[in-house]
Amino acid sequence: MAEARLGELGSDAGRRHAIEPPIREEFEVQVDDAGHIGDVARPLSTWEKIQNVTAIRRAAILVAIALIWQFYAAYLDNPLMLPTFWAMAKALVASFTADDLLLKAWVSISTLFKGYVIGIFIAMVLTSLAVSTRIGNDLLSTLTSMFNPLPAIALLPIAMLWFGLGEASLIFVLIHAVLWPLALNTHSGFMAVSETLRMAGRNYGLSGIRYVLHILIPAAFPSILAGLKIAWAFAWRTLIAAELVFGASSGSGGLGWYIFQNRNELLIDKVFAGLAMVIIIGLVIENVVFRWIEDRTVQKWGMQRQ
Amino acid sequence: MATEATLERTAQVQAAAPAAAPLLEVEKVTLQYKTKEHLVTATYRVSFEVFGADRFVLLGPSGCGKSTLLKGVAGFMSPVEGTMRLRGRVIDGPGPDRMMVFQEFDQLPPWKTVKQNVMFPLRVTGKYGRREAEERALAYLDKVNLTKFVDAHPHMLSGGMKQRVAIARAMAMEPTILLMDEPFASLDALTRRKMQEELLRLWDDIRFTVLFVTHSIEEAMIVGTRILVLSPHPGQVKAELNTHHYDHRTVGGAAFQTTQQRIHDMLFADRIEEEEAAGHG
Repeated sequence: MAEARLGELGSDAGRRHAIEPPIREEFEVQVDDAGHIGDVARPLSTWEKIQNVTAIRRAAILVAIALIWQFYAAYLDNPLMLPTFWAMAKALVASFTADDLLLKAWVSISTLFKGYVIGIFIAMVLTSLAVSTRIGNDLLSTLTSMFNPLPAIALLPIAMLWFGLGEASLIFVLIHAVLWPLALNTHSGFMAVSETLRMAGRNYGLSGIRYVLHILIPAAFPSILAGLKIAWAFAWRTLIAAELVFGASSGSGGLGWYIFQNRNELLIDKVFAGLAMVIIIGLVIENVVFRWIEDRTVQKWGMQRQ
Repeated sequence: MATEATLERTAQVQAAAPAAAPLLEVEKVTLQYKTKEHLVTATYRVSFEVFGADRFVLLGPSGCGKSTLLKGVAGFMSPVEGTMRLRGRVIDGPGPDRMMVFQEFDQLPPWKTVKQNVMFPLRVTGKYGRREAEERALAYLDKVNLTKFVDAHPHMLSGGMKQRVAIARAMAMEPTILLMDEPFASLDALTRRKMQEELLRLWDDIRFTVLFVTHSIEEAMIVGTRILVLSPHPGQVKAELNTHHYDHRTVGGAAFQTTQQRIHDMLFADRIEEEEAAGHG
């Protein structure tokens, strides 16, 4: 039936009998004053406001994980395999004073920071070259496809051969860990900058490094920030792994070394405390440092949704 | 030495300016661009002259190379044939003496507030100091009625407001010639009309020179003092018409409609011939 009717509508014969819309009276009305309509904008309730705070929502997830851990470990009752959350927390607090855990964390972070900053600098130079010259572009894409898949930790033996058993070797592998993912992200960010914005920049008479600094970098900032986050995570895990495998290569020893030592002595709650420290630092960097940068840049500029 | 000679020449040109020296001379310009498979000739030997305080419109259907021509004048493309001179100097690359207003809303760097957006070219070209740039920016933002939004970021603005920022930004630079590439084409009809009125009011106020690209005959007649009509594939000059006597008030009038029809016939004559040929063939 329906098909037949559709066919009819399509044909000339059908069009002659097509339904016409009814003709209705016209009217005009005086629009009410918005004042007494009332609930046009209603303030949010306290509960809604609490739910809107990202920090609270995320803290709730952390508390839930801690609770699950606590109950499961208590049920398992095998502190050598999995100490309870509470035992770990106590070991963590004790380590602050007894084992100078904060100092060890600082050793790790300061090494990491050096590698991170140098890596960012080299990545910026490489990508600036890549957007301004064709050979630079070829260089960057060849190098990233060569080295990005290469695990940084695999370079450590060679690094130690070249730079000795010191911080320099760690910084070398850290640069490797940071450089390629960041360069890759930054470059794809640069390529995605809209043609209009590029022309607007050149219209101002900008060229060379000023063009990169004033137009490309801010316009590609969402990608650069994503690259910085990935690079941070890569650097962090590379460093801990390097310390775990090669011990106290940087003199006083960092977090990875702490975890390694305590595992040897079967102080499992302290191993977990070391791991928790790594996680806490990661959470702080992600949710405080990067969040702070995001709020002041891509969020404020409307380049990323809230 | 060379620069001195150029300076002298420019000085002579400027001395002659009050009489009738054109500001922009485009002489037999052929512009081509490459796509992956073709070499496209966008305009073929197009010539025209723009004088001071002209509202010069490039009008034509899509494919007539009007936007390409504007990009040539802006310095983003160099002609394969012919010359383009601004105040007697050959155009070789983009520069802030030819500020451009684009059609796209993303022409404003989103990381700058409205005020910073207008100040940025003033500062970055080294033309003005911080305080002076700020004063100028605020003055021009006031002219486009955006005083309330100086500290907003572009993503908080409507399309029309963004275009007004772009216009303020371009005008604050007081360019030799203002280039506008279908600046109102992405706006809704009501906003477009308002923007056209605003542009004309600003012109009454400052008397800038503008080269304006559009595909709307009505817009061309309202905005322009003189219209260059281009034919498509490749763009060639079809006519140059005077339209300084038309504005929004004359839109419905008989003279306006006659001219509008005349341009319409000019632009679509080819197409009808083509269709007829196709029909007969």
